Amino acid sequence: MTLAPPVAATGARRSGAPAARRRRRPSPAPYLFVLPALLLFAAFKLYPIGWSFVMSLHRKVAGADTFVGADNYLRLLDDPLFWTALRNTGVILAVQVPLMLALATGLAVALNSTLLRGRSVFRLGFFLPMVTGLVAYGIAFSVLLNKEYGLVNWLLSGLGIGPVPWLTDGLWAQISLGLALTWHYTGYNAVILLARLQNVPKELYDAASVDGAGAFAAFRHVTLPGLRPALLLTTVLSTIGTLQLFDEPMVLTGGGPDNATLTIGVYLYRNAFSYFDFGYASALAYALTVLIGLLGLLQFRLLGDKGSTS
Amino acid sequence: MTNRHPGRSILLTSGLAIALAVVAIPLYWVLVAATHSSDEIFDSPPPLLPGTSFLDNLNTLQQEAHFGQVILNSLGIATVYTLLAGAVCTLAGYGFATYRFRGREALFGLLMLGLIVPAQITLVPLFRTMAELHWLNTYQAVVLPNLALPFGIFLMRQSMSGLPKELLDSGRIDGCGEFRLFLRVALPPMRPALAALAIFLFLYQWNDFVWPLIVLRASTSFTIPVALASLQGLDETDYGAILAGTAIAAVPMAVVFLALQRHFVSGLLAGAVKE
Repeated sequence: MTLAPPVAATGARRSGAPAARRRRRPSPAPYLFVLPALLLFAAFKLYPIGWSFVMSLHRKVAGADTFVGADNYLRLLDDPLFWTALRNTGVILAVQVPLMLALATGLAVALNSTLLRGRSVFRLGFFLPMVTGLVAYGIAFSVLLNKEYGLVNWLLSGLGIGPVPWLTDGLWAQISLGLALTWHYTGYNAVILLARLQNVPKELYDAASVDGAGAFAAFRHVTLPGLRPALLLTTVLSTIGTLQLFDEPMVLTGGGPDNATLTIGVYLYRNAFSYFDFGYASALAYALTVLIGLLGLLQFRLLGDKGSTS
Repeated sequence: MTNRHPGRSILLTSGLAIALAVVAIPLYWVLVAATHSSDEIFDSPPPLLPGTSFLDNLNTLQQEAHFGQVILNSLGIATVYTLLAGAVCTLAGYGFATYRFRGREALFGLLMLGLIVPAQITLVPLFRTMAELHWLNTYQAVVLPNLALPFGIFLMRQSMSGLPKELLDSGRIDGCGEFRLFLRVALPPMRPALAALAIFLFLYQWNDFVWPLIVLRASTSFTIPVALASLQGLDETDYGAILAGTAIAAVPMAVVFLALQRHFVSGLLAGAVKE
């Protein structure tokens, strides 16, 4: 399967190429330029991907890798923790990602507005969380959200809101995870959307305003369609990132309490590097890959095509 | 424009200022907490102004986690990674952007496969490979697997597809070899894109957690994120020290980012969503 980059530079530089090719003999130069990348990719990506599949068909029995066929995959179906991890990941995908992208869209529109003063300060400020390391902000949030001593609950208690069990209650831990993710990635998504927004022709807004469209109508009929390719990109990237989620739950909650924030990534890591069950971990990895492939295809179907070929 | 709606302008600006304040609170708080002892951090009310324990925290970091060594590890690994991955991605991006050759689309598609295949799928085999090569705990084990970073290649191809054909052709007519052409003609106007790539790669490696966590075994060879996470796992976690480490880890990033942010945003913008 190939991933067509949603915003590839197709068609833009077709002219002149055939003439250039006729003029020169086939040269090895282009291959030499891409060779280092291809060799490294083959050694450290393709080869492990293949090996991982072989491993997923094996299990360690009395210290020796034994071929067990599809056993590891069948075990997935009966493993309640796998389904818990899948459900947790699905909840984040269904709730946190759309909220974050809506927020990022609003932020991008605001940052692009000529009404905003000090735009460069805002752009930089909202981008700073992305620069903060995953582990660093995970640790910071885990302290900020501490039930008894954390700053957040102290501030809330000033408003008369009782201590919220941010990290010790299952549902609240999921909310905390969502908050941390939103804090970290909204600015990043906003920058991608902002870039696209700057390519939306000004004339379209002028035309809309001549037609008597208000701010909301202009947003619906000009801004949103214009944002479509970038929305596709951010949606696909966020989906992939969410399905692979590992660092934040690992540092923030360790997957707890009671597996409420267990993601497939954390579960995979546990199986591989805590239980050393490499066969089962590999089967998990493959299940994850299939899921990402399917969801990616679905999103391209739903959001793609019309917008990206213009 | 601005003068036509002064009220709305103020409303929008102050609204965003409030949002920015909310976003900035965790960052500010990390800086404050870095200067307090663990006990003070968990006082009620929590400290909101800088304290006096920063040096004590540094001392703890050094003793518990060899933090001086850890910072050097992170700096060295991220720098070497940025240089090598930058070269690999730039070469590949240039090759894909400026030449038409047999298999171009297929090979590029293959590399982009790396964007959708989850990194986790390669963790276990790569770990076993590194173990068999006796490379666990070495820096090459950290750096090598991610040199051909799909996003970096994608970014460079996008940026370099904007290079005028005439520029390259005139270089060829002057008798310039293909590699010299790349170095002397193609690269100089690519400076903003290269700066964006460099920041991205440095950031990526500086903050990377999973892979270093897996291959680095001795605490003297840890990178900053691994060291911080290992401190958090201790029975009695010294949050003052950890948050001091967190603040220190952010300093080089903030410096690099502020120095090059103009290029970063414009380069990323050009690369990410150019038609």
